[in-house]
Amino acid sequence: MKVSILQFPGTNCEYDTQHAFEKLGAKTEIVWHKSDCIPEGTDLLVVAGGFSYGDYLRSGAIAKFSPVMKAVASYATKGGKVLGICNGFQVLTESGLLPGALKRNDNLHFISKHHHLKVINNDNSFLQKLNNGDVVNIPIAHHDGNYYIDSEGLRELEANGQILLKYTDVNGEIKNPNGSVESIAGVCNKEKNVFGLMPHPERAMESILGSDDGIAMLKGFIN
Amino acid sequence: MKAIVNISLKAGVLDSQGKAVHHALDSLHFNGVDDVRVGKQIILKLDTQDKDQAMKDVTKMCEELLANTVIEDYTIELD
Repeated sequence: MKVSILQFPGTNCEYDTQHAFEKLGAKTEIVWHKSDCIPEGTDLLVVAGGFSYGDYLRSGAIAKFSPVMKAVASYATKGGKVLGICNGFQVLTESGLLPGALKRNDNLHFISKHHHLKVINNDNSFLQKLNNGDVVNIPIAHHDGNYYIDSEGLRELEANGQILLKYTDVNGEIKNPNGSVESIAGVCNKEKNVFGLMPHPERAMESILGSDDGIAMLKGFIN
Repeated sequence: MKAIVNISLKAGVLDSQGKAVHHALDSLHFNGVDDVRVGKQIILKLDTQDKDQAMKDVTKMCEELLANTVIEDYTIELD
Protein backbone atom coordinates (compact mmCIF):
# COMPACT_ATOMS: atom_id res chain seq x y z
CA MET A 1 0.00 0.00 0.00
CA LYS A 2 1.54 3.28 -1.09
CA VAL A 3 0.38 6.69 0.08
CA SER A 4 1.67 9.79 -1.71
CA ILE A 5 1.31 13.09 0.15
CA LEU A 6 1.29 16.47 -1.60
CA GLN A 7 3.37 19.32 -0.27
CA PHE A 8 2.80 22.94 -1.30
CA PRO A 9 4.66 25.95 0.10
CA GLY A 10 2.81 26.45 3.40
CA THR A 11 1.63 22.85 3.85
CA ASN A 12 2.34 21.84 7.45
CA CYS A 13 0.60 18.50 8.08
CA GLU A 14 2.51 16.37 5.57
CA TYR A 15 4.85 14.78 8.15
CA ASP A 16 2.05 14.08 10.66
CA THR A 17 0.12 12.45 7.83
CA GLN A 18 3.19 10.47 6.78
CA HIS A 19 3.79 9.31 10.36
CA ALA A 20 0.16 8.26 10.78
CA PHE A 21 0.02 6.18 7.60
CA GLU A 22 3.45 4.61 8.23
CA LYS A 23 2.28 3.62 11.69
CA LEU A 24 -0.39 1.58 9.92
CA GLY A 25 2.19 -0.10 7.70
CA ALA A 26 1.81 1.97 4.52
CA LYS A 27 4.74 3.12 2.40
CA THR A 28 4.70 6.86 1.90
CA GLU A 29 6.23 9.50 -0.32
CA ILE A 30 6.08 13.28 -0.05
CA VAL A 31 5.42 14.90 -3.43
CA TRP A 32 6.57 18.50 -3.96
CA HIS A 33 3.98 20.64 -5.78
CA LYS A 34 6.33 21.28 -8.74
CA SER A 35 6.17 17.64 -9.71
CA ASP A 36 4.18 17.03 -12.87
CA CYS A 37 3.29 13.44 -12.10
CA ILE A 38 1.98 11.26 -9.30
CA PRO A 39 4.49 8.60 -8.13
CA GLU A 40 4.18 5.20 -9.78
CA GLY A 41 2.11 2.73 -7.78
CA THR A 42 0.26 5.31 -5.67
CA ASP A 43 -2.81 3.72 -4.04
CA LEU A 44 -3.92 6.82 -2.15
CA LEU A 45 -3.05 10.44 -2.86
CA VAL A 46 -3.38 12.80 0.09
CA VAL A 47 -3.62 16.57 -0.16
CA ALA A 48 -2.38 17.37 3.34
CA GLY A 49 -3.45 20.18 5.63
CA GLY A 50 -1.78 23.50 6.31
CA PHE A 51 -1.82 26.94 4.75
CA SER A 52 -0.82 26.49 1.11
CA TYR A 53 0.41 29.81 -0.30
CA GLY A 54 -0.41 31.47 3.01
CA ASP A 55 -4.15 31.14 2.27
CA TYR A 56 -3.71 34.28 0.13
CA LEU A 57 -6.79 35.37 -1.86
CA ARG A 58 -8.80 32.38 -0.56
CA SER A 59 -7.73 29.15 1.12
CA GLY A 60 -6.59 26.76 -1.61
CA ALA A 61 -7.14 29.27 -4.43
CA ILE A 62 -3.51 29.57 -5.53
CA ALA A 63 -2.55 25.94 -4.91
CA LYS A 64 -4.97 24.80 -7.57
CA PHE A 65 -2.60 26.23 -10.21
CA SER A 66 0.46 24.33 -8.96
CA PRO A 67 1.94 22.04 -11.63
CA VAL A 68 1.07 18.90 -9.66
CA MET A 69 -2.65 19.69 -9.68
CA LYS A 70 -3.01 18.75 -13.37
CA ALA A 71 -1.62 15.33 -12.49
CA VAL A 72 -4.00 15.14 -9.50
CA ALA A 73 -6.99 15.88 -11.73
CA SER A 74 -6.00 13.25 -14.26
CA TYR A 75 -5.25 10.72 -11.48
CA ALA A 76 -8.74 11.37 -10.05
CA THR A 77 -10.44 11.20 -13.45
CA LYS A 78 -8.89 7.77 -13.99
CA GLY A 79 -10.47 6.62 -10.73
CA GLY A 80 -7.44 7.16 -8.45
CA LYS A 81 -8.27 7.59 -4.76
CA VAL A 82 -7.72 11.17 -3.54
CA LEU A 83 -8.12 12.39 0.04
CA GLY A 84 -8.05 16.06 1.08
CA ILE A 85 -7.64 16.92 4.76
CA CYS A 86 -8.43 20.46 5.96
CA ASN A 87 -6.53 22.75 3.56
CA GLY A 88 -6.47 19.76 1.21
CA PHE A 89 -10.28 19.79 1.24
CA GLN A 90 -10.18 23.51 0.40
CA VAL A 91 -7.75 22.86 -2.47
CA LEU A 92 -10.01 20.12 -3.85
CA THR A 93 -13.15 22.31 -3.77
CA GLU A 94 -11.26 25.24 -5.35
CA SER A 95 -10.03 22.87 -8.07
CA GLY A 96 -13.55 21.68 -8.78
CA LEU A 97 -12.72 18.08 -7.85
CA LEU A 98 -15.24 18.32 -5.02
CA PRO A 99 -18.52 20.30 -4.97
CA GLY A 100 -19.17 23.34 -2.77
CA ALA A 101 -16.81 25.79 -1.07
CA LEU A 102 -15.34 26.47 2.37
CA LYS A 103 -16.18 29.88 3.84
CA ARG A 104 -14.90 31.70 6.92
CA ASN A 105 -16.26 30.13 10.14
CA ASP A 106 -19.52 31.77 11.20
CA ASN A 107 -18.06 33.00 14.50
CA LEU A 108 -15.01 34.38 12.58
CA HIS A 109 -12.65 32.53 14.97
CA PHE A 110 -9.97 30.01 14.19
CA ILE A 111 -11.32 26.88 15.89
CA SER A 112 -8.83 24.35 17.25
CA LYS A 113 -10.33 21.60 19.41
CA HIS A 114 -11.49 18.01 19.50
CA HIS A 115 -14.93 17.54 17.99
CA HIS A 116 -17.26 14.60 17.47
CA LEU A 117 -18.27 13.49 13.99
CA LYS A 118 -20.93 11.07 12.88
CA VAL A 119 -20.47 8.69 9.97
CA ILE A 120 -23.37 9.39 7.60
CA ASN A 121 -22.44 7.09 4.77
CA ASN A 122 -19.85 4.30 4.75
CA ASP A 123 -20.82 2.98 1.33
CA ASN A 124 -17.56 4.14 -0.23
CA SER A 125 -13.92 3.08 -0.26
CA PHE A 126 -12.94 5.56 2.48
CA LEU A 127 -15.08 4.86 5.55
CA GLN A 128 -15.74 1.15 5.18
CA LYS A 129 -13.99 0.35 8.49
CA LEU A 130 -16.67 2.37 10.29
CA ASN A 131 -20.42 1.86 10.54
CA ASN A 132 -23.12 4.36 9.64
CA GLY A 133 -24.02 6.22 12.82
CA ASP A 134 -20.60 5.68 14.45
CA VAL A 135 -19.42 8.73 16.39
CA VAL A 136 -15.70 9.47 16.38
CA ASN A 137 -13.63 12.04 18.22
CA ILE A 138 -11.29 13.88 15.82
CA PRO A 139 -9.57 17.28 16.17
CA ILE A 140 -10.54 20.23 13.99
CA ALA A 141 -8.23 23.21 13.35
CA HIS A 142 -9.46 25.71 10.79
CA HIS A 143 -10.53 29.26 10.08
CA ASP A 144 -12.32 28.54 6.80
CA GLY A 145 -14.24 25.34 7.48
CA ASN A 146 -17.77 26.58 6.96
CA TYR A 147 -18.96 24.30 4.17
CA TYR A 148 -21.32 25.96 1.70
CA ILE A 149 -23.31 24.51 -1.17
CA ASP A 150 -26.54 25.85 -2.68
CA SER A 151 -29.81 24.04 -2.06
CA GLU A 152 -29.81 22.30 -5.42
CA GLY A 153 -26.26 21.07 -4.83
CA LEU A 154 -27.22 19.90 -1.35
CA ARG A 155 -30.10 17.85 -2.72
CA GLU A 156 -27.70 16.22 -5.15
CA LEU A 157 -25.21 15.40 -2.38
CA GLU A 158 -27.99 13.83 -0.34
CA ALA A 159 -29.44 11.88 -3.25
CA ASN A 160 -26.04 10.45 -4.22
CA GLY A 161 -24.89 9.64 -0.68
CA GLN A 162 -21.98 12.08 -0.95
CA ILE A 163 -22.23 13.47 2.59
CA LEU A 164 -19.90 11.20 4.55
CA LEU A 165 -19.39 13.02 7.87
CA LYS A 166 -21.30 15.55 9.97
CA TYR A 167 -20.30 17.47 13.10
CA THR A 168 -22.20 16.21 16.14
CA ASP A 169 -21.95 15.89 19.91
CA VAL A 170 -20.82 12.70 21.62
CA ASN A 171 -24.31 11.21 21.26
CA GLY A 172 -24.46 11.81 17.52
CA GLU A 173 -26.83 14.78 17.78
CA ILE A 174 -26.04 17.62 15.37
CA LYS A 175 -23.63 20.15 16.89
CA ASN A 176 -22.29 22.63 14.38
CA PRO A 177 -19.01 24.36 15.29
CA ASN A 178 -18.53 26.56 12.22
CA GLY A 179 -21.84 27.19 10.43
CA SER A 180 -21.45 24.50 7.74
CA VAL A 181 -24.58 23.77 5.71
CA GLU A 182 -26.31 20.77 7.34
CA SER A 183 -23.32 20.54 9.73
CA ILE A 184 -21.30 18.87 6.96
CA ALA A 185 -17.71 17.93 7.88
CA GLY A 186 -16.79 15.82 4.84
CA VAL A 187 -18.07 15.10 1.33
CA CYS A 188 -17.01 12.97 -1.60
CA ASN A 189 -17.50 13.34 -5.34
CA LYS A 190 -20.22 11.53 -7.26
CA GLU A 191 -17.83 8.76 -8.31
CA LYS A 192 -16.80 8.34 -4.64
CA ASN A 193 -13.06 8.30 -5.29
CA VAL A 194 -12.33 11.85 -4.06
CA PHE A 195 -13.03 12.65 -0.42
CA GLY A 196 -12.46 15.86 1.51
CA LEU A 197 -12.90 16.54 5.21
CA MET A 198 -12.02 19.47 7.47
CA PRO A 199 -11.15 17.42 10.62
CA HIS A 200 -7.69 15.90 11.08
CA PRO A 201 -7.86 12.11 11.57
CA GLU A 202 -4.04 11.95 11.33
CA ARG A 203 -3.94 13.85 14.65
CA ALA A 204 -6.09 11.24 16.40
CA MET A 205 -3.70 8.30 16.41
CA GLU A 206 -2.74 8.02 20.13
CA SER A 207 -5.22 7.84 23.01
CA ILE A 208 -2.64 9.60 25.21
CA LEU A 209 -3.01 12.61 22.90
CA GLY A 210 -6.79 12.76 23.28
CA SER A 211 -8.12 10.18 20.82
CA ASP A 212 -7.08 7.26 18.65
CA ASP A 213 -10.31 7.25 16.62
CA GLY A 214 -8.32 8.32 13.57
CA ILE A 215 -6.83 4.82 13.30
CA ALA A 216 -10.03 3.17 12.07
CA MET A 217 -10.60 6.04 9.68
CA LEU A 218 -7.10 5.90 8.20
CA LYS A 219 -7.24 2.10 7.95
CA GLY A 220 -10.33 2.53 5.78
CA PHE A 221 -8.51 5.06 3.59
CA ILE A 222 -5.79 2.54 2.75
CA ASN A 223 -7.91 -0.59 2.65
CA MET B 1 -5.84 51.11 -18.07
CA LYS B 2 -6.93 50.31 -14.56
CA ALA B 3 -9.43 47.59 -13.72
CA ILE B 4 -11.15 47.60 -10.34
CA VAL B 5 -12.63 44.27 -9.35
CA ASN B 6 -15.07 44.17 -6.44
CA ILE B 7 -15.79 40.76 -4.99
CA SER B 8 -18.43 39.95 -2.39
CA LEU B 9 -20.37 36.96 -1.17
CA LYS B 10 -23.49 36.22 -3.21
CA ALA B 11 -26.84 37.40 -1.95
CA GLY B 12 -28.21 34.55 0.10
CA VAL B 13 -24.77 33.40 1.28
CA LEU B 14 -24.43 34.43 4.92
CA ASP B 15 -21.75 37.10 5.32
CA SER B 16 -20.49 36.61 8.89
CA GLN B 17 -18.01 39.48 8.68
CA GLY B 18 -20.71 41.83 7.42
CA LYS B 19 -22.93 40.72 10.27
CA ALA B 20 -20.18 41.37 12.83
CA VAL B 21 -19.52 44.84 11.39
CA HIS B 22 -23.26 45.60 11.40
CA HIS B 23 -23.41 44.58 15.05
CA ALA B 24 -20.43 46.83 15.88
CA LEU B 25 -22.05 49.78 14.08
CA ASP B 26 -25.21 49.19 16.12
CA SER B 27 -23.14 49.20 19.31
CA LEU B 28 -21.71 52.57 18.28
CA HIS B 29 -25.28 53.87 17.85
CA PHE B 30 -25.04 54.32 14.07
CA ASN B 31 -28.71 53.78 13.43
CA GLY B 32 -30.38 53.32 10.08
CA VAL B 33 -27.97 50.73 8.66
CA ASP B 34 -30.09 47.99 7.13
CA ASP B 35 -27.41 45.61 5.99
CA VAL B 36 -23.61 45.35 5.75
CA ARG B 37 -21.69 43.25 3.26
CA VAL B 38 -17.90 42.97 3.47
CA GLY B 39 -16.02 42.24 0.28
CA LYS B 40 -12.62 42.75 -1.25
CA GLN B 41 -11.27 44.96 -3.97
CA ILE B 42 -8.51 43.99 -6.38
CA ILE B 43 -6.96 46.73 -8.52
CA LEU B 44 -5.21 45.68 -11.69
CA LYS B 45 -3.03 47.85 -13.91
CA LEU B 46 -3.36 46.64 -17.48
CA ASP B 47 -1.20 47.25 -20.56
CA THR B 48 -4.08 47.46 -22.98
CA GLN B 49 -6.17 50.55 -23.80
CA ASP B 50 -8.82 48.43 -25.51
CA LYS B 51 -11.84 48.35 -23.18
CA ASP B 52 -13.49 45.33 -24.77
CA GLN B 53 -10.29 43.32 -24.59
CA ALA B 54 -9.70 44.44 -20.97
CA MET B 55 -13.22 43.44 -19.96
CA LYS B 56 -12.80 40.05 -21.62
CA ASP B 57 -9.42 39.43 -19.96
CA VAL B 58 -10.49 40.52 -16.47
CA THR B 59 -13.70 38.50 -16.66
CA LYS B 60 -11.59 35.42 -17.42
CA MET B 61 -9.29 36.26 -14.48
CA CYS B 62 -12.32 36.51 -12.18
CA GLU B 63 -13.80 33.23 -13.36
CA GLU B 64 -10.52 31.34 -13.07
CA LEU B 65 -8.89 32.83 -9.99
CA LEU B 66 -9.99 36.13 -8.48
CA ALA B 67 -13.48 35.02 -7.41
CA ASN B 68 -14.88 31.69 -6.34
CA THR B 69 -18.15 31.77 -8.23
CA VAL B 70 -19.65 29.07 -6.03
CA ILE B 71 -19.99 31.64 -3.25
CA GLU B 72 -18.91 35.00 -4.67
CA ASP B 73 -20.13 37.60 -7.18
CA TYR B 74 -17.84 40.11 -8.84
CA THR B 75 -18.13 43.41 -10.67
CA ILE B 76 -15.52 44.99 -12.92
CA GLU B 77 -14.98 48.73 -13.44
CA LEU B 78 -12.56 49.98 -16.06
CA ASP B 79 -10.89 53.31 -15.62
